[in-house]
Amino acid sequence: MIPLSWYLILAAGLFSIGLFGVLARRNAVAILLGVELMLNAVNINLVAFWRYGDISLMAGQVFTIIVFAVAAAEVAVGLALVISVYRRRNTVVAEELDLLKW
Amino acid sequence: MTAEQIIFLIVGAATLLSALLVVTVRDLVHAALWLVAALFGVAIIYTLLNAGFLAVVQVVVYIGAIAILFIFAVMLTRRQAADTGAALNKNWWAGALLAVLTFAGLVFLLQGWNGFSKTASAIPSGFDAVNQLGGALTSPMGYVLPFEVASVLLLAALVGAVYLAFNKK
Amino acid sequence: MNFWNDPLKVAADWLTGIFVGWGMNDVFAHVLVVFLGVFVLILILMVIDILLVWIERKVVARFQDRLGPNRLGPFGLIQPFADIIKLLIKEDITPDGADKVVYNIAPMLSMMSVLILWAVVPLAPVMLGVDLNTGLLFIIAAGSIGTLSIIMAGWSSNNKFSVIGAFRQVAMMISFEVPMLAVMLIPTIFAGSMGMNTIIQSQNIWYVFLSPLAALIFLIAAIAELGRAPFDLSEGESELVAGFNVEYSGMKFGMFYAGELLHAFTFGGFWGILFFGGYRFFGLEQVSPIFGIIIILTKALIGYWVIMWVKYTMMRIRIDQMLAFNWKFLTPVSFVLVMVTALMNALLRGAGSWLYITGMILANVIVGWVSLEIVRSMGKKERERVEGLKPVVEAHH
Repeated sequence: MIPLSWYLILAAGLFSIGLFGVLARRNAVAILLGVELMLNAVNINLVAFWRYGDISLMAGQVFTIIVFAVAAAEVAVGLALVISVYRRRNTVVAEELDLLKW
Repeated sequence: MTAEQIIFLIVGAATLLSALLVVTVRDLVHAALWLVAALFGVAIIYTLLNAGFLAVVQVVVYIGAIAILFIFAVMLTRRQAADTGAALNKNWWAGALLAVLTFAGLVFLLQGWNGFSKTASAIPSGFDAVNQLGGALTSPMGYVLPFEVASVLLLAALVGAVYLAFNKK
Repeated sequence: MNFWNDPLKVAADWLTGIFVGWGMNDVFAHVLVVFLGVFVLILILMVIDILLVWIERKVVARFQDRLGPNRLGPFGLIQPFADIIKLLIKEDITPDGADKVVYNIAPMLSMMSVLILWAVVPLAPVMLGVDLNTGLLFIIAAGSIGTLSIIMAGWSSNNKFSVIGAFRQVAMMISFEVPMLAVMLIPTIFAGSMGMNTIIQSQNIWYVFLSPLAALIFLIAAIAELGRAPFDLSEGESELVAGFNVEYSGMKFGMFYAGELLHAFTFGGFWGILFFGGYRFFGLEQVSPIFGIIIILTKALIGYWVIMWVKYTMMRIRIDQMLAFNWKFLTPVSFVLVMVTALMNALLRGAGSWLYITGMILANVIVGWVSLEIVRSMGKKERERVEGLKPVVEAHH
């Protein structure tokens, strides 16, 4: 049987890799990719705690479904922002977006 | 080493490897495709955790919608056909250090908890997770309010995304 | 249980017995038998695929008042084999500048996304790959992987036209998933579950009689998901050459083409399962699972024939017309239909079966008629607006 620790370590590893992606990538879309990895790590944690706790308490799965919806909404708006910025400034490299007003 | 453990080790290693490639590959379309592989690995993990409905919803929502949205956005924001420039910015070592510290900190904190190595209890027969989930999401004693608020959030995101990306010609 | 009642279990037990007799571990023997079963199923599906190529060419020929292939073998039955040999011996070209790994994986993913659909198709009451209780969502998930393979194919070909074709096809596929999901909820409401086997077992009266509008919307959305005419704007030979697969030749193109035909056959099967009773036919499937298989394959063939009939009768639709049709007509109608069906189901749940059936059919007819009236009045207003702006040609004599 798989102990809970394996799932938690997997989720922690995925979260750290996503964190590295957010902090170290230049392209704005790639930063959003890192955010997606972090959200998935959180979801694994939620479902693992649901399974290894009291499975009649549906809070774990409900929270995961809400995270799905929130992640979809955030990706949609985030990518719309990135495309809109690209149309104005013709760049999506995060370092080059350094003006407060243009 | 039961079969379940072997499957978990293989899938977990594949997921972590795909995630690592997502954040290091230079070509963004490849990064998006590696994200698809990582999301698929997560869906298999959900199946191992007896959350089959969540696994299928993960494939439909994340791979079928969000990953495709990423690929579209990558293709629409290229200055030229090939990606130029480095993949990582000049402070990437600080990011790597912070990521390693986060991982070490999380594992250190968790292993002091006495439930860390607990094994799963068997699922009682006749337990239909989908049925229970549906009941929880729609019952007033359950989570119908967050469910409805999530739908309002999605409506707001829909309107916002359309307005932001609208080409006012 | 004997062979007549449960052929698969008998065969599986016999094979497991042989493997364990050879000294293999119990779990390994079971896994190996499962793999062999999957392999046999895929083999049978690919053979059906070959026959589908022949059926397609003969049927399109008859629709177009000609004979179709009739030289190779009786009635042209050897023709698909000749096609396959031709595709296999063609040169394996990878365009210069194409992304090699993605380019080569895309056809495999496309074929894979069709083959895994058959894991949830119940061929008989006891013969199905896996009795998922979320079978309907699994279909959508497999469709998502197919969508991904089309983007990969279009982008990796390093060709602007294939990128445009792939974008259009993917925009169409993800748009039409919305009414398809909504309409798939209607058999779920009737049966109380998303599992395929449960839906079939609950169809004491075929769901096409309970909700004809849902069957129609599912057919339209399925044809759009398949990328077949009248929604084949990405393969419009007169527009974009061949859309996303313009750079593919040889067996890779064969994978896309055969995958599309098998996909159409599979969705004909799903139409039969969801709305026409699946493997049930007045109790014939209780006699033996073999009859069940024959019944469901016949229904899948009839569904496939309807899809071909639509393809070779209707004209192609433009991308903006098609997206407007989806978002302004199909999606609102399907949502309203789901709400009305749920309401009627809750109201009439305890009533007798004839009252239930009449109530449902009436609700469907009203929803369909009201939506058509709205579209008709909007169309009339648009026509009057356009004709009111008649060009000033009469001024010049």
